[in-house]
Amino acid sequence: MAIVVGYVPRPEGQAALDRAIEEATLRGTRLVVLNVSRGDALVDPRYASAADWDAVKAKLDASGVEHEVAQAIEARDPADQLLRVAEETNAELIVIGLRRRTPVGKLIMGSAAQTVLLEAEAPVLAVKAPKE
Amino acid sequence: MDGINALIDGFGTALTPVNLLYAVIGVVLGTAIGVLPGIGPAMTIALLLPLTLRLEATQAFIMFAGIYYGGMYGGSTTSILLNTPGESASVITAIEGNKMAKRGRGAAALATAAIGSFIAGTIGTLGLALLAPEIVKLAIKLGAPDKFAIMLLAFIAVTTVLGSSKIRGLASLGIGLLIGTIGIDRSAGGQQRLTLGIPQLADGIDVVVVAVGLFAVGEALWVAAHLRRGHAEVVKVDGARMGREDWRRSWKPWLRGTAIGFPFGAIPAGGAEIPTFLSYALERKLSKHPEEFGHGAIEGVAGPEATNNASAAGGLVPLLTLGIPTTATAAVMLGAFQSYGIDPGPRLLSDHADLVWALIASLFIGNTILLALNLPLATVWAKLLNIPRPYLYSGILFFASIGAYATNTSAFDLWLLLIIGILGFFMRRYGLPVVPAIIGIILGPVAEYQLRQALQISDGQLSGLVNTPFSVTVYVIAVILVVAPVVIDRIRSSRAGDGDGDGTHHVPHLTPQSANQEGQ
Repeated sequence: MAIVVGYVPRPEGQAALDRAIEEATLRGTRLVVLNVSRGDALVDPRYASAADWDAVKAKLDASGVEHEVAQAIEARDPADQLLRVAEETNAELIVIGLRRRTPVGKLIMGSAAQTVLLEAEAPVLAVKAPKE
Repeated sequence: MDGINALIDGFGTALTPVNLLYAVIGVVLGTAIGVLPGIGPAMTIALLLPLTLRLEATQAFIMFAGIYYGGMYGGSTTSILLNTPGESASVITAIEGNKMAKRGRGAAALATAAIGSFIAGTIGTLGLALLAPEIVKLAIKLGAPDKFAIMLLAFIAVTTVLGSSKIRGLASLGIGLLIGTIGIDRSAGGQQRLTLGIPQLADGIDVVVVAVGLFAVGEALWVAAHLRRGHAEVVKVDGARMGREDWRRSWKPWLRGTAIGFPFGAIPAGGAEIPTFLSYALERKLSKHPEEFGHGAIEGVAGPEATNNASAAGGLVPLLTLGIPTTATAAVMLGAFQSYGIDPGPRLLSDHADLVWALIASLFIGNTILLALNLPLATVWAKLLNIPRPYLYSGILFFASIGAYATNTSAFDLWLLLIIGILGFFMRRYGLPVVPAIIGIILGPVAEYQLRQALQISDGQLSGLVNTPFSVTVYVIAVILVVAPVVIDRIRSSRAGDGDGDGTHHVPHLTPQSANQEGQ
């Protein structure tokens, strides 16, 4: 059993990571941190830079939670990659970050979060970044 | 003084709200495609050509000129922030510019590139305005043998100077000339050539279909076949803008870059790549801080960026005075002139004076808008790099198909587009430069016409091609262009043991890297 968290180098990704660490500590389970990109754009702001990824690892080390980190560029959809990892690790909880959006914005844009919410077997915890 | 008066009239035309709007559209589009690697001004103008045929010629060319200049600005942004040149003319900028950005001097690098481009573009455009009438005075006296000689020189220069291999350049030119001859022979006889009995080919292949096929479809197929899933990082821009020291170190490279770029753009030697290499080598030699080169020297950004804009201005001189394109973009613009029924050549300036001067005036205006767009907004433009490439290229293919269909509203052109696109793909695959092909297609029929005329005047005697001092001079230059590199190579290899000349060797190494990018 594990907790899987999808990380993006954005405030909502940070919030998701923090909450996942809390949950993992509380439940005493292993934490899997995932950062993925399709890699089809020249620049993907959701793919963590080396410095950023190091900061994530440092944070996990400091928390003392048993953890595993994975960063990958794959052709499939980021949401699918997260779901597959959740299935492989037999996740008891998936944690994702949500952007603050209006219903209309959501309607038009769609999102990876929606795919995860709709298709995940495990319960999903959706976290938003704290208001400024 | 005629030139100045005409230019003022040109400003009158260019400053009308509608024309100003097209200038803005042009520079915005130009910057955007400049930022995106693999998509260049030649492709964009070819894609827009069918859409603009309903416009007045002046407005279309004002927009095209904006795209041409804008591409040069946008290319530097990608070079500096991403270490991937947005345009082949910005390859050199990436060397020092990206290092500067990584050292936290990104804002200064972007500023010196934008201001240098502005200064070089303005001086270059001024040069164009002053030089064009003078060249036309000479060019109007040229006869058919002289014009044919110049076009032959353009063919030779563009094949021997561009790219890594002369044979490939020549092969590409051959492909271009071959496609150019398809259709009814208009200069004599009216026979059908290479039409394979297909009636739709009798009119020849439309320049839009060829240009869009080679650039847009060829590039899209290439990217689809080689979609490297990877990740590049945009360097965050913060830190100081240009300080007093930066200005002091930049202004001379700006001016020197202009001086190198303008004449190189004006001769048919293959666009902006070579002069930027030269400018970089020169700045390196003259710099008081040679130790900084390779670690983010501001001179290495200022010089080449000024050079590529000056050469863009220089490239318009032979286009507007002789009807000779020196770059792919100029070749497509020449094709655009033809589809408007305008014959670009020495008479352009007298027959269509308002168009030419409005175009030149709009270059000054566009340059100023570009400075305003790029200086504060470079990082906003870099956001375009977040677009997934499949979306981008499907959009391009969509416009390519619409454009090809719209020119003659025939489905046959769509098949042609696909075939030429596949040809473009294989040219990229086997390292054939696309620029000689496009110049061959567009300039080939014109050159043939001049050749026929020259031979008719001389009653079929080949001596009729070399009976003027001017044409002899041009042929001598052409021979030197072919022979000199071979001789120099011989001499160099026979002295290889001496170990000299390594200072000049490592810079041209970068050329193959850019060979697959669209030429300017």
